[in-house]
Amino acid sequence: MKLFEFEAKQIFAKYGIPVPRGAVVREIEDLKRVAEKLSLPLVVKSQVLVSGRGKAGGIKFASSLEELESCCKALLHSKIKGEEVGTLLIEERVDIERELYFSITVDRNTRSVAVLASKYGGVDIEETAKKHPESIVKIRVPTPDDLYAFHARELARKLGLRGKLMLKFADIACKAFRIFKDYYADLVEMNPLVVTKNADLVAVDARIIVDDNAMFKLPEVQEMVSRSPRELSEREAVARQYGFSYVELDGDIGIMGNGAGLVMATLDMVKKFGGEPANFLDIGGGASSETVYKALHLLLTHERVKAVLVNVLGGITRCDEVATGVIRALEEANANKPIVVRLTGTFEEEGRRLLEKKGIFAYSKMVDAVREVVKLVKGVKKW
Amino acid sequence: MVVLVDERTSVIVQGITGRQGRLHTKLMLEYGTKIVAGVTPGKGGQEVHGIPVYDTVREALENHEANASIIFVPAPFALDAAMEAISNGLNPVVVITEGIPVHDTMKMVQVARTKGVNIVGPNTPGVISPGKCKLGIMPGYVFKPGSIGLVSRSGTLTYEIAQSLTDAGFGQSTAIGIGGDPITGLSFVDVLKMFEEDRDTKAIVLIGEIGGTAEEEAAKWIKEHCSKPVFAYIAGRTAPPGKRMGHAGAIISGSSGTAASKVEALRKAGVVVAETPWELGNLVKESL
Repeated sequence: MKLFEFEAKQIFAKYGIPVPRGAVVREIEDLKRVAEKLSLPLVVKSQVLVSGRGKAGGIKFASSLEELESCCKALLHSKIKGEEVGTLLIEERVDIERELYFSITVDRNTRSVAVLASKYGGVDIEETAKKHPESIVKIRVPTPDDLYAFHARELARKLGLRGKLMLKFADIACKAFRIFKDYYADLVEMNPLVVTKNADLVAVDARIIVDDNAMFKLPEVQEMVSRSPRELSEREAVARQYGFSYVELDGDIGIMGNGAGLVMATLDMVKKFGGEPANFLDIGGGASSETVYKALHLLLTHERVKAVLVNVLGGITRCDEVATGVIRALEEANANKPIVVRLTGTFEEEGRRLLEKKGIFAYSKMVDAVREVVKLVKGVKKW
Repeated sequence: MVVLVDERTSVIVQGITGRQGRLHTKLMLEYGTKIVAGVTPGKGGQEVHGIPVYDTVREALENHEANASIIFVPAPFALDAAMEAISNGLNPVVVITEGIPVHDTMKMVQVARTKGVNIVGPNTPGVISPGKCKLGIMPGYVFKPGSIGLVSRSGTLTYEIAQSLTDAGFGQSTAIGIGGDPITGLSFVDVLKMFEEDRDTKAIVLIGEIGGTAEEEAAKWIKEHCSKPVFAYIAGRTAPPGKRMGHAGAIISGSSGTAASKVEALRKAGVVVAETPWELGNLVKESL
């Protein structure tokens, strides 16, 4: 779960990490009340979850109240990389001496926690990392419990920080370690972590990603999410509600299967035969007929989808449950779109019998089903 | 010899009284797996399919001889269950549970590493040595005894490929799902080492998918150490670029993690990479 910048900064502030003075605005009417408490010049930041919002025009600067109002009007409810801006964060500008980079992340490749820092922070950090990998300082520890203050001091030393600045950096890093641990974070990032002209450190941007699987331990984050819902497409919202994963693609063949690997392999095969998948949809393990029905209904009623391929190899998923869901979706969606079914595994006989009663043939081999659905959409062959 | 589990493996099922625990205890027993006891706190004294249930792993071990554990307990309690298994010397520990917070997984993996315990999973179909022992939730009938070592990150895709190997006449020595979570106990390289040392494994099939660098690391190891023929399939060649985790993910991974990068790395290591899963059976047939 990605947190908005203003949410991440609330958490930073709670832990004592310095952030710029600022306030949140959701309606233009609130602007005056907010502006009175802050001193010019100000920066207006769109609260979106996509990265690269600065380069996409989502951040504006205001040195007068008139400018502030026009900035806010321009940004509020605009779209940044397709994401609607529902909230603005207005902050006092910070006098920047230089910009550092600091992050803590779960590194799946080494199965460890990685702490990264650089003295060349800012919007071009990824370029910097590519061109000058030596400018990124890394520390790895096996688990979040293994982060200590000495790691923070060692990072500070490698960044060339001395004296009070070193101690300030180490203090912020330690607080970030605690946030990482307490919030079961996949990522805690400050880019930039600014060194001000007064030799203070301020987290000018803040990013926290919380592990979705740990949400049950984090009532505070659950509340944040319900107060500021993350924008989801209608289909993604249905998917979340019924516990399957759905990703929208550009093609016209709807695809549903069980297991992420199997569904990805199905997409690959559809492409290989010249078809274009409309989506990735994994119903997961042990799906009920209700889940199958909802998932398939979603695809059948999608205007772009011309035909649907169901690819199920039942392990803990029961073929009879799948068949029941398929039949109900076909009857209720009434979409008049062809559907190709591949069904094999647990309770296969029962599943096939249910489908055959309704005149639906079930393939047992994945390749035959894929070939058939592509043929239906494209006309014959090309391979 | 086979890898990780065989006919001498005797098993404790943790979370045996839940829906999945009950069902798969029954299916594993039908397959011939030697299950000696189950554990569910507060349910000690009950029986599930004739298997006695205890409140703690220690209590189960005071009454039975066991060396392996399979865990079905819900995600919030999985770290504790795995620690209980590891502390009581069970090895391997197969963690079927989905949705465990990754910080919890890191903790159990780290403790297992220092104690030399093999964790299979989390979020895995488990491990099977066909005809000998099934410690998992995979449908037993798609696997047949043979000499292919199968290792995978997926569930159903593994069954698909096992079936195609079986149909082509190639059974499996052992099939291991290392698990679909970002962090897992065993890595591809850990399993490749086991297959390399196993006399009954003549060839290896590796099933990977996009994301992470596990396949690239496997390729590196194969190039330097593996004497047996290796075949592979990578799922997700046409998948759109996945989720990014801020800048840190990109800084760590660079250009690795794509299907193209994995296929190239594996081919350079002399691995035969199939374009589609159903080709694997034939590719193995042609080569062996």
